Amino acid sequence: MGIEQFIFYFFALVMVASATMVITVRNPVQAALFLVLTFFSCAIIWMVLEAEFLAIVLVLVYVGAVMVLFLFVVMMLDINIDRMREGFIRYLPFGVLVGLLMAGMLISVVGSVNFGLDKFAEPARHAADYNNTRELGLVLYTKYVYPFEIAAVILLVAIVAAIALTLRRRPTTKYQKPEEQIAVKRDDRIRLVSMNSEKKK
Amino acid sequence: MIALSDFLILGAILFCLSVAGIFLNRKNVIILLMAIELMLLAVNMNFIAFSHYLGDISGQVFVFFILTVAAAEAAIGLAILVVLFRSKRTINVDDLDTLKG
Amino acid sequence: MPDNMQTIYIWIVLAPLIGSIIAGLFGKKVGRAGAHWVTIIGVGVSCVLSIIVFKHMVFDGADPFNGSVYTWLVSDGVKFEIGFLIDKLSAMMMVVVTFVSLMVHIYTIGYMHGDPGYQRFFSYISLFTFSMLMLVMSNNFMQLFFGWEAVGLISYLLIGFWFKKETAIYANMKAFLVNRVGDFGFLLGIAGVLMYFGTLDYATVFANTDSVVGKTIQIIPGSDWSVLTLICICLFIGAMGKSAQVPLHVWLPDSMEGPTPISALIHAATMVTAGIYMVARMSPLFELSETALSFVIVIGAITALFMGLLGLVQNDIKRVVAYSTLSQLGYMTVALGASAYAAGIFHLMTHAFFKALLFLAAGSVIIAMHHEQDMRKMGGLRKYMPITWITSLIGSLALIGAPGFAGFFSKDSIIEAVGLSTIPGSGFAYFAVLGGVFVTALYSFRMYFLVFHGKERMDEHTRSHLHEPSWVVTVPLILLAIPSVIIGFIFVSDMSFGNFFGDAIKVLPQHDVLGQLAENYHGPFGMILHSLVTWPFWLALAGVATAWFLYMKRPDIPGMIQDKLKFVHKVLDNKYYVDRFNEIVFAGGSRFLGKLLWQNGDVRVIDGVIINGSAKTVGWIAGIVRRLQTGYLYNYAFAMIFGLLFLLGVFVLA
Repeated sequence: MGIEQFIFYFFALVMVASATMVITVRNPVQAALFLVLTFFSCAIIWMVLEAEFLAIVLVLVYVGAVMVLFLFVVMMLDINIDRMREGFIRYLPFGVLVGLLMAGMLISVVGSVNFGLDKFAEPARHAADYNNTRELGLVLYTKYVYPFEIAAVILLVAIVAAIALTLRRRPTTKYQKPEEQIAVKRDDRIRLVSMNSEKKK
Repeated sequence: MIALSDFLILGAILFCLSVAGIFLNRKNVIILLMAIELMLLAVNMNFIAFSHYLGDISGQVFVFFILTVAAAEAAIGLAILVVLFRSKRTINVDDLDTLKG
Repeated sequence: MPDNMQTIYIWIVLAPLIGSIIAGLFGKKVGRAGAHWVTIIGVGVSCVLSIIVFKHMVFDGADPFNGSVYTWLVSDGVKFEIGFLIDKLSAMMMVVVTFVSLMVHIYTIGYMHGDPGYQRFFSYISLFTFSMLMLVMSNNFMQLFFGWEAVGLISYLLIGFWFKKETAIYANMKAFLVNRVGDFGFLLGIAGVLMYFGTLDYATVFANTDSVVGKTIQIIPGSDWSVLTLICICLFIGAMGKSAQVPLHVWLPDSMEGPTPISALIHAATMVTAGIYMVARMSPLFELSETALSFVIVIGAITALFMGLLGLVQNDIKRVVAYSTLSQLGYMTVALGASAYAAGIFHLMTHAFFKALLFLAAGSVIIAMHHEQDMRKMGGLRKYMPITWITSLIGSLALIGAPGFAGFFSKDSIIEAVGLSTIPGSGFAYFAVLGGVFVTALYSFRMYFLVFHGKERMDEHTRSHLHEPSWVVTVPLILLAIPSVIIGFIFVSDMSFGNFFGDAIKVLPQHDVLGQLAENYHGPFGMILHSLVTWPFWLALAGVATAWFLYMKRPDIPGMIQDKLKFVHKVLDNKYYVDRFNEIVFAGGSRFLGKLLWQNGDVRVIDGVIINGSAKTVGWIAGIVRRLQTGYLYNYAFAMIFGLLFLLGVFVLA
């Protein structure tokens, strides 16, 4: 077994195992952490497939940003985990059955009969100076430039939407208004009154 | 030598796990979102495998877009979740039946 | 001077319309006096111009004018035009209409004095004059129909003029509905004309009668009907409605709920004669269908005799005159049926004058009696109202056909023409019109004696206030009394026996009874002398004598007769139960049908099954389907996954 095969099978195993943990652990924090592990393994397998840029992006964006967001949310919200788990055991056989059924059918399609080595031979390795990021960039900024821009707009919309959804003004919060503080006049603050110097009797 | 089918089977297993996850964690919206991320990952796996074996970089471009959309989806999904929790004090799917006919 | 004449024709029509618009729309601004002046001037202008046209046509012998003024629209080659056909027939009608209308306008100043709807009234009668002129002067069926419906509308408005009076509202509704029945026939007739002649223009239609003579139509499969007969009968049904012939006569007596000037103008002198005029105008069509003529003569005869009989038992002074109108309209119709169109039109003219006179005299009596209309509470008014008395006597004499008076010449012409006629049904008609003479004399003089002679049966208060109404009432009476006496004498030679109307009226040689009579005609004096040895004179005399005997000599006898012939009196009092019949069969029947359709068709089928049923079905299905919509996210997710699984299964296993 070559080193590549070893890496692939090992991390495939890690991936399946951690994915299984994602859907079965009680605590959402743990689930998130297992998901991180899944992404890591996946990134390594993508390395084997010579998709270095996407592997790095997966780690940076997913592990670094999205999963942290998940953790934030999980920790911010006060979730009653026990209630969430209701019906887990009851649906377990059903879920496993559906999963196995689907897996069986999918594998029968994508198995080695249709996609074995005899049908798709392993391509030759690229030379050492092959730059995946450069190749990807070449098509992304030429052939796919419009979808790329649209993707950028989608991200922008997502940012705006996320902020707009979660933003809330608290009427009780006190703010300073510097412009009013600067524009204040003497008469706004001082009132001159003339009074008698002594009390009348 | 690793066959293309190996990668595809791995993606299929991942996909089925996430489907099973939707069944099992049907009350927890956060886990549901995570399962959806897993599904997208499985799809991405297929894309990259095909891209490698067919020698066509376009597959990776698609993965790039899927990652973009998935990130946006996760951000908005979580934002909705936060708003939901703020107004209902719960994210239990059982309590979210406003649309009931 | 054809150009000038055309301008005159337009102004004849427009002058009353303008007056009507000013009085109607700006009644508040112009005030009461303004309203009656503006309308009287309008109708006066119209009247003077009509007389000019009449002179131009009759005495100067101008050619008939037939021309379009305005094309309203053209649809599929059929023109809808406004145009005038001015010949001697329409010129005569124009003079009658505008003259009577003018008299009624003046009279109304006195009769409606103090009524809150003063301006409205003047606006209506002026508008009526306009509509009637449009009808009479028309040169096509479309405009004829317009005028026909317009006068019907105004008749409706004026019968219900006192719209707070329950009976008036009932009466105008009745008049409107009964006229609808007639108008439906009329419209079908016009449609028939349009279908077979392809035009609505009189001249074109009359010129092309030959092409339609032999044609038949199958209304009921298997039986061929002559097209001309069908068209004529349909048109005549329209005339039956408007001219109140049996069985569509029921509205006319009730129309007396309207103000008396209206009864005089619309329901005696002009509008109700529109049917007679129309049939005379259509003589080129009617002549070609013996069946239609026979139908006309029978209907007319029934109306002439039996409506007269009803006049005998009425106690309301206006109703007596109303039934006499019905009877006289019957005479005109009989004349039409006997192809003596000229005599019918002649009677129409004389009748317009003396019947308007009688109505206005009755109105004068009513004013004096403080709007009391029951003849049993009158009597001896001769002393208090000499002018009304004299004019009424003239009117009555004219009505019964006393030799020398207007009615004599026209009525005698009709009776003799019917006697000569060979149309099927003319034998019955001859008997009916002869009987009608006696009946006419009897009820006319019954009314005359009851009102102007005998004991004074009114209460003391009324008696102390009895006096002749003001000049606006008496002047029209006098002005109408003059033609009631002399007009027959003047025109009998021309109208009945001369070829006065020329081409306007067409009579086939084998129907030309008036032509036969003309051979033995030796001037009006000869006719008067001849009449002294004929039936009608002696019958009329017998009628007057009977009336004198029953109501002057022995006032106790009528009561005894009434007791002896209870059944007959009851039938007459209930007007042969025609109203009852209509109420039960037509009104009740249609109400029953409507209720049936409402409850079964509308409520059950449309509302129950179609509307509520479909809604309920949708609701029922939705009630089942809504259970699918749990609102739980995972149910939808499951549905998606199962769908995916199913598709995958199909893809893999197939």
